[in-house]
Amino acid sequence: MSAFVELAGLEKRYEAVRALDGVDLRVAAGEVLGLVGHNGAGKSTLINVLAGTVVPDAGRIEVAGEDLARGYDVTTATDRGIRCVFQELSLCPNLTVAENTRIVHRQIKGRGWQARARALIIGTLDAIFPGHGIRPDRRIGDLSIGRRQMVEIARAFTETETPVRLVILDEPTSSLDSTAAEQLLAYVRRRQADGVATILISHLLGEILGAADRVVVMRDGKVVADRAAAGLSRDDLVGLMGHVADQPGEGQGRRRLDAEPVLDGPGPGGRHRLELRRGEVVGLAGLAGHGQTAALLDVYDRPRDFAAVGKLAFVAGDRQSDGVFPLWSIKDNIAVRSFSALRRNGLLDEAAVTGLALDWQKRIGIRTPDVRNPILSLSGGNQQKVLFARALASDAAIILMDDPMRGVDVGTKSEVYALIRQEATAGRSFLWYTTELDELVHCDRVYVFREGEIVAHLAHDEITERAVLQASFRSDAEAVA
Amino acid sequence: MTIDWRELVRASLPALALTALLVAIFWLQPRAMSYQGLNLLLNLSIPIVFATLAQMFVLTVGDLDLGIGGFVTFVACVTVTWLADAPLIGVLILVAAIAGYAAVGALIELRNLPAIVVTLGMSFVWFGLAVIVLPSPGGRTPEWLIAAVRLRPPGIPLAILAAIVIGLLGHLLLMRTSMGVVLRGAGGNPRAITRAGWSMLRIRMTLYALAGLMGVLAGLTLAGITTSADANLALRYTLLSIAGAILGGSQFTGGRVSPIGAVLGALVMTLAASFLAFLRLNPDWQIGVQGAILILVLALRALLDRVAGER
Repeated sequence: MSAFVELAGLEKRYEAVRALDGVDLRVAAGEVLGLVGHNGAGKSTLINVLAGTVVPDAGRIEVAGEDLARGYDVTTATDRGIRCVFQELSLCPNLTVAENTRIVHRQIKGRGWQARARALIIGTLDAIFPGHGIRPDRRIGDLSIGRRQMVEIARAFTETETPVRLVILDEPTSSLDSTAAEQLLAYVRRRQADGVATILISHLLGEILGAADRVVVMRDGKVVADRAAAGLSRDDLVGLMGHVADQPGEGQGRRRLDAEPVLDGPGPGGRHRLELRRGEVVGLAGLAGHGQTAALLDVYDRPRDFAAVGKLAFVAGDRQSDGVFPLWSIKDNIAVRSFSALRRNGLLDEAAVTGLALDWQKRIGIRTPDVRNPILSLSGGNQQKVLFARALASDAAIILMDDPMRGVDVGTKSEVYALIRQEATAGRSFLWYTTELDELVHCDRVYVFREGEIVAHLAHDEITERAVLQASFRSDAEAVA
Repeated sequence: MTIDWRELVRASLPALALTALLVAIFWLQPRAMSYQGLNLLLNLSIPIVFATLAQMFVLTVGDLDLGIGGFVTFVACVTVTWLADAPLIGVLILVAAIAGYAAVGALIELRNLPAIVVTLGMSFVWFGLAVIVLPSPGGRTPEWLIAAVRLRPPGIPLAILAAIVIGLLGHLLLMRTSMGVVLRGAGGNPRAITRAGWSMLRIRMTLYALAGLMGVLAGLTLAGITTSADANLALRYTLLSIAGAILGGSQFTGGRVSPIGAVLGALVMTLAASFLAFLRLNPDWQIGVQGAILILVLALRALLDRVAGER
């Protein structure tokens, strides 16, 4: 079979992170390709490159034998019949179903465009999801999330002038009920006969194994396996996604099960309790966006429901949107959590603020000539250190961390890991959501999240990549103890 | 097919508010219920309708235009000076002003600036230019323009005819054409629009240029009505246009706009002033009561949303 898409040597860096590190990928016409990997493996960067929304730093992009790497963009991709259904939906909520169809088709215009858009989207919806019950003049914002996803998927398969050749589906079934999910996979298989290729990304490994002809496994920005799906098992995939040498975490091996609990409440999903003891570092693992941040916010907003002992502080992961105060100085960014403790006669004691900032600048190693400089003068890693300093300088006994190491360089990471250890030994407790498997070795225990619930609890000697991956990816025959 | 009642009531709220005001006015002053009466009542509404549509085009992409009042004033001042004395140069100035509006949209998009700050700054620029063009009150509107706004079409007063035509044209352009869909989509989910291969820069420039065009029409008709101008002529238009657009069902974010609603909202804002005059209310209180009417309508809408949400 000749390749419809051929990618070679793709590279993409974001600050300290190599999102794509020399990726080669071929997709043949009419092939269903499963793409799997843990967080940060590079899947989403890869499909964004293919969809034309991310420009790679280096590499070759060939579509239908044509070399397109230079100036490859969304229009180039759609003109060649490449469509992408992103995980976070790309519909305009203020527009109707038909109008959203028009957005992706430049050809739908002029007299009678609305009738054509309606007919096109409803025809495709009927073909994929018979009995969908969606009217073309409904506003997207008024539809349920499941129906929105149906519209987005159907929209990717609509054709005007250019026939659809390749559809990328990123977690397409996450909001669909099982009937609709089956309808979609059956449709994908039917379209194979017409030469329509599909790249399928899913955390449901059974879905991948059932639908795909071939499975590509990614890890750390590289393709680490490329196998025919026939004969592969779920365990094989989980094994391929992890690192080769897999042993239990090599933390200090301390057990703190005898310490008194500082948090204790029903975990999301109700299957496991969410517990945190004094001096413990507990990890929240699983694929990104499966309810970990929501659980942290739950604890932060309603500490009483979790019988919290002591005050809480939150270390944001998304620095730009809920971390730094971009117009403030470094010292104010450090001290903001402690302002009420730094008052004198009702006013802020500037000397105390500066003192606190200088102290933590030294302890955590923030690289700046002057803490009065604006926060944005710091590199990303140092800004993250400021957010840690903010939490650690406060009077909080429990520190909640929302994947704080995203995009941080290795040097900063190791410094912060050491600090967390040290603070835990001193009696602070950490609840740490991380998307990086490597970080779990620093945890005393781990809860694994999937689809908004805690699905597994791993004690210290059970923390292995394999165990985390096993719990993160569901096979259709559910069998997690 | 079921009817979405919430949507229906919501869409007819501005029309209901207008009807209620008209009924109240006719009750207070039965003589207003005539061709001449309506003409007098709605005389000032045409420029406000245009200014409200200008505001609505900017709201479409989720921005707010605090410069429209200054812009309308500037256009009116150019109309009574350059357009009257040297029509060609006057037209060129107005075309350049529309291009200036598009450039403001480009600046906001390219530098990722808050529109509210940029347009607030621009409002001083427009007022400043207005003072330069017309240092002291006066000037003379070209006769053709005065004649145009004094037209008396048979059967239906000009202001009502204009409102209907402007509303329908705006509706066609923004709600019915395939181009309008992309413009509105940009307010709903800019990322989705970019991913579909559209240029946010061009969209923003288009919407701002449309706003500029509406602003020019507002300035021209205002100068036509007043026959002369001064540099404070349209100070209140900024807030009037925002109030009219929001009253007409547009929202500050998310690309939810309604041209017909905006026209109705502008009429309500115009009539509210007359209504209060008929009540013989102390003029000092008028603006406050106008604000109260606005709050009342918005509260009604919020209530509708909440009731619908609980269903």
